[in-house]
Amino acid sequence: MTDTMIDIDNLSVTFHRGRKPIKAVNGVTLKVRAGEVVALLGESGSGKSVTMRSLLRMHPKGTTIEGTMSVAGRDVTGLSTRDLGNLRGAVVSMVFQEPRLALDPVYTLGRQIEETIMRHERVSKAQASARALALFEKVRIPSPQRRLQNYPHEMSGGMLQRAMIAMALACNPKVLLADEPTTALDATVQIQILLLIRELQKEYGLSVIFVTHDIGVAAEVADRIAVMYAGRIVEEGTASDIIRNPKHPYTKGLLGARVELADGRDRLITIPGAPPDLADMPPGCAFAPRCADVMAPCRAVVPPLVGAAGSSERAGQVACLLYA
Amino acid sequence: MSAVISPYNLDPGVGERGGPAQPLISARGLLKHFPVKSSGFFGPKKVVRAVDGVDFDILKGETLGVVGESGCGKSTTARLLMNLIVRDKGDLLFDGETVGETLPLAQYRRQVQMVFQDSYASLNPRLTIEESIAFAPQVHGVPAAKAIARAHDLLFRVGLEPSRFAGRYPHELSGGQRQRVNIARALALEPRLIILDEAVSALDKSVEAQVLNLLLDLKRDFGLTYLFISHDLNVVKFMCDRVMVMYLGKVAEIGTRAAIFGEARHPYSAALLASMPKMDPSERTMEPPLSGDPPNPIDPPSGCRFHTRCQFVEDICSREVPPLASLSAEQSAACLMAVPGSGHSRAPILGETSA
Repeated sequence: MTDTMIDIDNLSVTFHRGRKPIKAVNGVTLKVRAGEVVALLGESGSGKSVTMRSLLRMHPKGTTIEGTMSVAGRDVTGLSTRDLGNLRGAVVSMVFQEPRLALDPVYTLGRQIEETIMRHERVSKAQASARALALFEKVRIPSPQRRLQNYPHEMSGGMLQRAMIAMALACNPKVLLADEPTTALDATVQIQILLLIRELQKEYGLSVIFVTHDIGVAAEVADRIAVMYAGRIVEEGTASDIIRNPKHPYTKGLLGARVELADGRDRLITIPGAPPDLADMPPGCAFAPRCADVMAPCRAVVPPLVGAAGSSERAGQVACLLYA
Repeated sequence: MSAVISPYNLDPGVGERGGPAQPLISARGLLKHFPVKSSGFFGPKKVVRAVDGVDFDILKGETLGVVGESGCGKSTTARLLMNLIVRDKGDLLFDGETVGETLPLAQYRRQVQMVFQDSYASLNPRLTIEESIAFAPQVHGVPAAKAIARAHDLLFRVGLEPSRFAGRYPHELSGGQRQRVNIARALALEPRLIILDEAVSALDKSVEAQVLNLLLDLKRDFGLTYLFISHDLNVVKFMCDRVMVMYLGKVAEIGTRAAIFGEARHPYSAALLASMPKMDPSERTMEPPLSGDPPNPIDPPSGCRFHTRCQFVEDICSREVPPLASLSAEQSAACLMAVPGSGHSRAPILGETSA
């Protein structure tokens, strides 16, 4: 398909840091079209951030990456370090959870944005700073001229996150990767940033992968939601399908455990147990030990991610033997 | 109700006193200013007005939720209640007795315990979890064997099999398990009030639900009272009987859950509630309810602290500090729009008291 912007096929990522190798991502296949926002939803350790970081190959040395990934027609898996540098920021850029850690504390924000622009394009310093100013206006930072001279410690979390979005958009990328960009923010600021991302995504026609653990945040920004559990995508579909009509028992459990639903009831419905140890995964479906609808074959076969019979590719897919 | 006398409860004088109508905690005029480095030797001395005159009651057996943005003084209030930070001004009454005067601090602290957000940082990494839980009772004079036995009971109560977990160290547990240990440790001294400062915020949603259920069970079984601090309004709505909304070191609004979530009267509470992400993709938020970040508590706005971000702002708001006015038996708000005859055009007319 021509308008596929991100194509991840059977991606596996294994870290070799402790005694045992840890397979953080275990056969993830995901396609994101141009101008589409996909939320990767999952709990900690489900592999959502690792999947996203693989697209920029931001893993420590010695990490094994298997499978293929391509972004805007370029095969990311095989890029040289120099080509990877050209890709980062210019085609694919990223917004991190903690802007205070992601920005350099010893340079002003203006200088960091100018540096990004001048790394990728042959422009003068004056042109670069004019563009930095325009970007600050675009993300609606008050008194942008003065703010460009600020160091990161002089700004609040919400302002810094706006500045980081400005920097991510500096070279007109095609893909924006957002790793829990609002988790560290207050509710009133979070909604401002979510609306800003949504607005800029439309204006720039960006493809966005948005990693979050918050179902509400995913519902606010995403066209499609992919639910991850223990390194695999267990269910994928349009945001309204996933939220209104979840199929996988894990998605059902996650949505059912929401406190919003418990109004008037005195207890929450919970998923028993805890996610499996990634260094010691059970054979078969990773959710089987916690699943209420578990059958004997679940413990032996890893269910593939498939659409319902006869449905189009754009409809939802689920990895569960109940639907196979 | 008589004092609970168990072999474990050392001092029969500790326990229920003032009757059920007496608030468990009454905080009056609680104030804490933190000095900050001023620019230059002769520069004006600056302070962060972290908690700037806060009054509230925690009723017996209730769960009082505290919500607000970061920097509004939620956690400072909790630490002032525990006396982990010494208050500059204000009185703290525990079941009718003044803390630090008629009620000695050591006795007070046994009845008030706290669970923190970071489950790992709040456990001693060099103690096994049974030692951690049994530590405080031993400090208060319980024999070691008895304290350990009791620790095992508590571990069982919070859903951790003692034979599997008692000898483990904090790093050998998951986040949810560690928070269960922290809850067990808080229960070890048989407290009457537990302060939960973002106790479930760091947990994953499915684990969070399990811990919330545990907290509800424990509250019922041990007759506890909770002060529940959280930035997650959905969790507060589920857990709490009453809710206190704070903004820049002041109480903006306090009331029952139904009053706050049904009809918030302070514009800040309303905006905070409207900021929660909608669960339905077809009902997405189109306009941010509030713009900008909270102002700096070093130099808070004059008058009503919210006036710089409020959509109903009028001249009077920057001049007059709104008192926390009682609107009904179950709701009070600090907004000039709620004070009759305040001079705000939306305020009720004087003489016509609101129901």
